[in-house]
Amino acid sequence: MRLISRERQALGRIDGFARQDTAIHRLDARAKVLATAVFLVCVVSFPKHAVLPLLPFVFFPVVIASLGRLPVRWLGQRLLIASPFALMVGIANPLFDQAAVPIAPGLSIAAGWLSFLSIVLRFLLTTAAALLLVATTGMPAIAEALRQLRVPGVFVTQLQLLYRYLFLLGDEAQRMERARDLRSCGRRGTGLWVGGTLLGALLLRTLARATRIHDAMLLRGFEGTIRPASPRALTRRDLVFLLGWSTAFLICRQVPVGELLGHAVIGAQP
Amino acid sequence: MSAAGNGSLGPPATGTAFVPAIEVVGLVYAYADGTPALDGVSLRIAPGETVAVVGANGAGKSTLLVLLTGLLEPVAGGIRINGLPLGPGSRAEIRRSLGMVFQEADDQLFMPTAAEDVAFGPRNLGLPADVVQQRVNLALEQVGALALRERSPHRLSGGEKRAVAIATVLAMEPSILLLDEPSAALDPRARRRLIQLLQGLSHTRVVATHDLDLALDLCSRTVVLSAGRVVADGPSDRILADTALLERSGLEAPLSLQARRPCRRG
Ligand SMILES: Nc1ncnc2c1ncn2[C@@H]1O[C@H](COP(=O)(O)OP(=O)(O)OP(=O)(O)O)[C@@H](O)[C@H]1O
Ligand SMILES: [Mg+2]
Repeated sequence: MRLISRERQALGRIDGFARQDTAIHRLDARAKVLATAVFLVCVVSFPKHAVLPLLPFVFFPVVIASLGRLPVRWLGQRLLIASPFALMVGIANPLFDQAAVPIAPGLSIAAGWLSFLSIVLRFLLTTAAALLLVATTGMPAIAEALRQLRVPGVFVTQLQLLYRYLFLLGDEAQRMERARDLRSCGRRGTGLWVGGTLLGALLLRTLARATRIHDAMLLRGFEGTIRPASPRALTRRDLVFLLGWSTAFLICRQVPVGELLGHAVIGAQP
Repeated sequence: MSAAGNGSLGPPATGTAFVPAIEVVGLVYAYADGTPALDGVSLRIAPGETVAVVGANGAGKSTLLVLLTGLLEPVAGGIRINGLPLGPGSRAEIRRSLGMVFQEADDQLFMPTAAEDVAFGPRNLGLPADVVQQRVNLALEQVGALALRERSPHRLSGGEKRAVAIATVLAMEPSILLLDEPSAALDPRARRRLIQLLQGLSHTRVVATHDLDLALDLCSRTVVLSAGRVVADGPSDRILADTALLERSGLEAPLSLQARRPCRRG
């Protein structure tokens, strides 16, 4: 619960970040959405044991975060919170996949460790890219971009509602947590049973609120698509951004840039 | 199901001086869990009239307003808005002439900024961008919230939220306003401003409230609900001065009409 309400605040900040005005923020949402999509596909499509070839991809989130003036601390914390999931998914690999893989002359490692590293790295890369997209673009603009890119309206609306639902969930969690803390005389009043009951109540309350909000939307003429402000044309800068990054991603996907670099470094050693 | 029969509406009232803005006949509603909420409510509200619906907690005020919007379907009885019977075919059209301000402003505000939120409705109407902006500015100005344009609704104070919630509805330019507990959780000054704001509008207004002083200040007519029934309907100053009636309906006379009783200690 505490985690949920802390994440709620982080989520509130993401909306604030999205309203900043930097070169990255000014880019058209479609360019950013597409570039991020190419990034995700490239990163995810690497073979199971790839680690070195993934390294060049770190460049993208680093550049976006610094040009978009997003605090590294904030991004790091979000990644840290999400990383247990990646660890859980990947942790079994070293146990099952014991085959030795040589990584440097005279040094080898179980293949399972490589795929574990690969999973964690991919997870961090994709999560960072997604967070940065939202923090430099804002959810309404992303949804609008998806719609213009001909993604079916049902999905886009779902995405928008899901995003709002997260806020609601966080708000309700904050309120309930406050109520609980006030009545538990400073002892935090936790305990698994209490936590479980609260969690159930939290979901019910959020659902009830989501329903009321949906009602309010219906009464204001909502018919299944959230209509945005009118679109604008793509500029040259948008195209340069999109094509530049996409080309870089595809090259890094096809040519083992990381490995070449690695070999160059190792090969240079006597 | 004998109740279904007596709830049907007759032909539209031709020959009378006006078509009622709201006409409700024999409205019955029970929630899915079996809780009865309305038990045969009939009402007629003229265009431009301002009516307070008062009653204790659970009397059915909110249920009545929601039924008028067609979000819930009555178990029995009929509703006519501006002469048009409410049904699946007419719901969309009727909703365009109704503006509902919810009991919880938070339920109404869901976009990232106040201006976006106010623009939500007009955009759904398919209006061109410049008209939408015009309406947004006008509505926010009307409620004195133009300065809040770019603020995030969930960070506003209770009074500011209420003002923006009203603006979201005004921007749709409805002819009827339904307000559920508009003065709840407002401090005295915000409450005063709200009353002035609502007095300045020319819409047909239905105000569900416990705030009998608000009813007295704002509404010429008061309807008293008790356990899902209309127990009184008439001029506000008469109804709200009838202490016995209010007592029976679980209400207390408005402070402004109460004789001052000094509080004694001990
Ligand atoms: N979603 C619901 N499910 C079940 N019962 C409900 C629901 N909403 C309201 N009720 C019940 O219906 C009755 C009428 O409720 P309603 O909300 O209309 O009263 P109200 O006059 O608006 O009260 P309040 O002044 O507290 O807002 C109450 O007995 C209430 O418990
Ligand atoms: Mg109510």
